[in-house]
Amino acid sequence: MKKSHLTFLFLPVWKRNLIVYRRIWKVNFMVPLLEPLFYLAAFGIGLSGLIGDVVYAGDQLSYIRFIAPALLATAIMFNAFFETTYASFVRMYYQKTFDAMLATPLSLEEVITAEIVWGATKSMLASTIILGVISAFGFAVYPWALLVIPLAFLGGMVFGSAGMFFTGITPSIDMFNLPFFLLVTPLFLFSGTFFPVSSLPEWGQYLAQLSPLYHLVELTRLATMGSMESSLLVSLSYLTLLAVIFYFLSIRSMRKRLIK
Amino acid sequence: MRSEKPVIEATGLDKRFGRFTAVDNLSFKVEEGEFFGLLGPNGAGKTSVIRMMYGFSPLSSGSMKVFGLDIETEWREIRSRMGVCQQENTLDPDLSVEQNLLIFAGYYRIPGKKAAERTRELLHFFALTHKKNAQVSQLSGGMARRLMLARALINEPTLIILDEPTTGLDPQSRHQVWDKLKDLQSRGLTLVLTTHYMEEAANLCHRIVIMDHGRILVQGSPDGLIREFAGTSVIEVESPGEELQSFVEQKQISHEKLADRLIIYTDDLNGLGRIIRQKFCPDKCLFRSGSLEDVFLRLTGRELRE
Repeated sequence: MKKSHLTFLFLPVWKRNLIVYRRIWKVNFMVPLLEPLFYLAAFGIGLSGLIGDVVYAGDQLSYIRFIAPALLATAIMFNAFFETTYASFVRMYYQKTFDAMLATPLSLEEVITAEIVWGATKSMLASTIILGVISAFGFAVYPWALLVIPLAFLGGMVFGSAGMFFTGITPSIDMFNLPFFLLVTPLFLFSGTFFPVSSLPEWGQYLAQLSPLYHLVELTRLATMGSMESSLLVSLSYLTLLAVIFYFLSIRSMRKRLIK
Repeated sequence: MRSEKPVIEATGLDKRFGRFTAVDNLSFKVEEGEFFGLLGPNGAGKTSVIRMMYGFSPLSSGSMKVFGLDIETEWREIRSRMGVCQQENTLDPDLSVEQNLLIFAGYYRIPGKKAAERTRELLHFFALTHKKNAQVSQLSGGMARRLMLARALINEPTLIILDEPTTGLDPQSRHQVWDKLKDLQSRGLTLVLTTHYMEEAANLCHRIVIMDHGRILVQGSPDGLIREFAGTSVIEVESPGEELQSFVEQKQISHEKLADRLIIYTDDLNGLGRIIRQKFCPDKCLFRSGSLEDVFLRLTGRELRE
């Protein structure tokens, strides 16, 4: 990739997505507002009676307190990944939006970067709203909890880039079921989200270390309640590394797909 | 005799997809202010050429210069000075008519105030002002096409590329688009058009290239090509008799034999035309002028392509 291919010209494309988002902002805000409430109600009220407390990083936590930060992390993952898979695919394939953009001074790198950064932006918006909800329950300690917002951007870049990579290689929109079923769902369930990874067998714990969502959950726990069981530096570096790798893979797969 | 540089200069242009050669050693020029037509059957390579013109498709070999700049290195500068109206509707359905223009202006870094002004002018020029708040999905085919054209003009380009701009339009909309294109040409813009409608090319273009299998078959003005390859007059005889068949063969008159018709190309309507009229066609004969469609079909054949 030549240096001149990526300039701040990606911002108008990002802005285009923001304008479309704002048109139905009430609907867009409703999901992150209500979803954590559903989870907190179902798991916190329904399940916690059966489960009792959870031991995490040496602390005894109520179950609802344990899962509250995980709701932030999973929303970060879903928002970015959904945006750069289904939503980007619709723009690319059905609406021919990228074709129109590529007849203007925009480069492919700028269009794709804008899509991924937009996915990360949606993660930030959603996590900000969810942070508000869990703060209302007293599950976030300020001012550190505000770090969730930049963290959401980093996590959004990881999952947004990964989603865009799949958009570059998926033959049809229905095939997104595969990465969702084979990747996102297991990550969602086994990344220390709803139970500590220490409950997993040893091999499962090693596998969980590879999960970007595990590291994101760890970081959201650290930001909102001040403790984590792994290393801040390792988690941050791992997520940054994945973001960079998937970013370049996504540019490559989209170039292969679009430029003929 | 022009001394300035051509607006587009393609030299030895090739485009290969794996083992398939879509464009084969093509060279042509488009001069400033010209209305240039690129014709050919489906799969002839027109869209490949167009896509190389605006730097979407990389060239397999050869060179493409636009405004004297190399498309491979200076695509951004070139695209900022040209407008492209693609074959498919690529309007943004998530945005209103007005937003389609405003947001697109952002891709050219046109400042907000200027973009708003330009949007107003273009909506007016294309008779879309009353639809500015409508969704793209609410537009008729003709209106959507006009909005595509308006969008291609947002950056005040000096060159416009139009890939089948009137495909699928009703005759009223088509004529309206033609009027707008002629208007733009009269303002000094350079236009490049591809189309399947020969009438459209004959009506609009100063110069056309007919290509097939990735190569140029002929180029020239529509009138010149008609004179050269179809003759000024054409006689179509339905269910021709044996005598007419042997008559044209004997006299070596240019003709084409179809399943149930004989098409005779001639410049001599008075002499030859009269003989045919009197001797060989008591009723079903059509006398008409030669057209670009005759040229096209003679050069590219009548078989279906796909």
